[in-house]
Amino acid sequence: MEFKTHISVRNLSVFYGTQQALKNITVDIPDKKITVIIGPSGCGKTTLLKSFNRLIDSQDGMKVTGQVFVDGENIFDPQVEVTHIRKKMGLLSQRPYPLPMSIYDNVAYGLRIHGTKAKKELDRRVEHYLKEASLWDEVNDRLHTPASRLSVGQQQRLCLARGLAVEPEIILGDEPTSALDPKSSRRIEQRFLELKEEYTTVIVTHILRQAKRLADYVIFLYLGELIEHGLAREVFENPQKELTKEYIRGTIS
Amino acid sequence: MQRKRFLKDIIAGRLMLVLTVFSGLIVFLMALGLYFRSQPILAVKPLSDLLFSSGWHPLRGEFGFLPFITGTLWVTGVAVAIAIPFSLLTAIYLSEYAPRGLREWLKPLIDLLAGIPSVVYGVWGVLVIVPLIKDYIAPFYGTFSTGYSVLAGGIVLAIMVFPIIIHVSLEIFNAVPYEMREASWALGATQWQTIKHVVLRKALPGVIAASVLGLSRAFGETMAVLMVAGNVAKNPTSVLDPAYPLPALIANNYGEMLSIPLYDSALLLAALILLLVVLFFNIISRIILVRIEGSV
Amino acid sequence: MDKRKIEENIFKGLMIASTVMILSSLALIIGTVIMKGLPAMSMSMITQTPKGGYYLGKEGGVLNAIVGSLYVAGGGTLLSLLISLPMVLFLNVYVKRTSLLAVFTRFSLDVLWGVPSIVYGAFGFSIMLYLGLRASVLGGIIALSLLMLPIMSRAMDEVIRMVPQELFDASYALGATKLETAVKVIVRQTLPGILTAVLIAFGRGIGDAASVIFTTGFTDHIPTSLFQPAATLPLAIFFQLGTPFPEVQERAYASALILTVIILAVSVASRILTKRFTRNIVK
Repeated sequence: MEFKTHISVRNLSVFYGTQQALKNITVDIPDKKITVIIGPSGCGKTTLLKSFNRLIDSQDGMKVTGQVFVDGENIFDPQVEVTHIRKKMGLLSQRPYPLPMSIYDNVAYGLRIHGTKAKKELDRRVEHYLKEASLWDEVNDRLHTPASRLSVGQQQRLCLARGLAVEPEIILGDEPTSALDPKSSRRIEQRFLELKEEYTTVIVTHILRQAKRLADYVIFLYLGELIEHGLAREVFENPQKELTKEYIRGTIS
Repeated sequence: MQRKRFLKDIIAGRLMLVLTVFSGLIVFLMALGLYFRSQPILAVKPLSDLLFSSGWHPLRGEFGFLPFITGTLWVTGVAVAIAIPFSLLTAIYLSEYAPRGLREWLKPLIDLLAGIPSVVYGVWGVLVIVPLIKDYIAPFYGTFSTGYSVLAGGIVLAIMVFPIIIHVSLEIFNAVPYEMREASWALGATQWQTIKHVVLRKALPGVIAASVLGLSRAFGETMAVLMVAGNVAKNPTSVLDPAYPLPALIANNYGEMLSIPLYDSALLLAALILLLVVLFFNIISRIILVRIEGSV
Repeated sequence: MDKRKIEENIFKGLMIASTVMILSSLALIIGTVIMKGLPAMSMSMITQTPKGGYYLGKEGGVLNAIVGSLYVAGGGTLLSLLISLPMVLFLNVYVKRTSLLAVFTRFSLDVLWGVPSIVYGAFGFSIMLYLGLRASVLGGIIALSLLMLPIMSRAMDEVIRMVPQELFDASYALGATKLETAVKVIVRQTLPGILTAVLIAFGRGIGDAASVIFTTGFTDHIPTSLFQPAATLPLAIFFQLGTPFPEVQERAYASALILTVIILAVSVASRILTKRFTRNIVK
């Protein structure tokens, strides 16, 4: 299990009020690989994912103990500027949520808030990232129409382009294909596989087959606890823990 | 036995239908009723004369609405200019920044503001705002004012309009999907950038509708304005001048209405104008709001 | 980077400032009414009607206006309830949400909500002239019931809309007719919400002056029939404040305090009911 670590989670616990969503998680996420977080629904998969870019911050009554290191920096350190952490990561949510603006502006949004103003530069990058998300050919003739008019599959690829445009090092996917039809799902999965050379990717899914297709590395959570983690092949073919076996066999879901 | 139950059901249904249709038609009945009652004066004078002339001498048969219309516009304008920025800032704070507990605590207090009777606002205006303008604001600008003025009416109205704009805006902000904010934060946007570029942009039509609802409320509000605006039938030229808005005109003259020919017709025409303007604003903003509700 | 922070902090400061300002205007209004009203308050204010010379500063109270207001607002609430409740039940039980009638009625009630109260007064007055009525308790009741109709029915509608479809289905599955479902299941289920709607409308009605100014008139006596004119608290405040005598003006403050206390009590009561109601709802 030799790999370079990109995100390093140490004794992470997350509470919502009195409820504990994550219990003392310690795990390392490898650099430039696809890590898939699996587990039954409500087991804390999304909470773990969203703690990486501190989107859990805005939940009422949220409390965190422990550390998450990204590039060696503890992101829960009060000194840390949260926008700087988030800029490092692109997020794909369960359903695509295009911002209430045009296709062009959706991709340019992140660039603009981080200070890119020159029209030429914006044009160039919007085109580049729409191509990266394999959406350019479908939308290049209507860049200035509202993004909400795209199909759901197109919207999800737009969200991918939007996330890539801020030049993150990490892509976070929270069940990113759950609202898509099989064809669109396959396209998104394909992109993940092609992009993993350049990005560290972390994906939450409850579809076991999808996890098997994508994962280099697997994290199995159950009721907020880390049960097992390791290289995908090892975990899927030879799980060590009883719970993991049952989950992979499909007796618990 | 069974037949009786079904018969009861059918009869009750019919009765309810009648009541429903009646309620749905009240707005039109009101407009029609006022229209017929204002026919006598419209038969004698062209509408444009009534709207754009300034002489108000009922005894001589002169009914010029212009000073009252400008009075209404001034007072409403000042009220809206104060109310919209304050209400929106408060609504954004409550919806996007305030912790949930604080928000749940403050919302009923703001709604309470909507429950205070307009006559109490009037009393408060006379006790606090009018002296404030007379003793501090007017002297500060080197002029004299009795305090009963456009500004007094505008301030009191603004406070009355706050809860309406805030309440509707909060619902609108609430309807902006949380995930949309998340998407913006995830790109590294600050809270304020997210509000400015995403939340407000998405909520803009609704915020306009909320403001228009507030505006139309200010436009038709009567008692409080009647008590603090001064009621001098002249076109105001500054916010420290007195004004005589249309609703105050109607309310103030009810006693004399019947003894002078055409007077009641003129006042009911004023009511009709008020109704039509308010209906216009309300219909526009309700259509926007219904669309928003339908799209979410 | 720093510029973003500064801009955000400026706006955040403005937001907190306007929230504080709006809340302090509420405190200031209620504070002023209490500070000015309490010293002028006396037992006779609420137990006596105006005696001769009351409006010159002599003996008496505003019992006539308190009773008049309760009559007119109470009657208006009752009449409005008789129209609102069947209508709202009809809209929720008998017709589909998306039917033209339902959409039109709800829209028209929303628009009616925005009509200024002076227009209700003027309209009510012209109906009364048409019917040959004089300013009276009945006239006030009619005008106020129209004013309350959109407030009450939309508030009820919001509550009844929250009733889950399963509850309707369960009732129909037992063979109940629509009427039985509406009265025995829906009304019972939403009773606290309905009462809240009634209280909100009552609060709006009792505080409204512009709609009763033509229709109810003003008198120093307590009315004994529907066809007599009556005094109302908002108008009593208005008239007393309009006199040139400080003693009488102070009575206006006391009357304003009485009215405010009534409104606050109604508002608190409705809030308690709402709390209790939402507690019973399974989300």
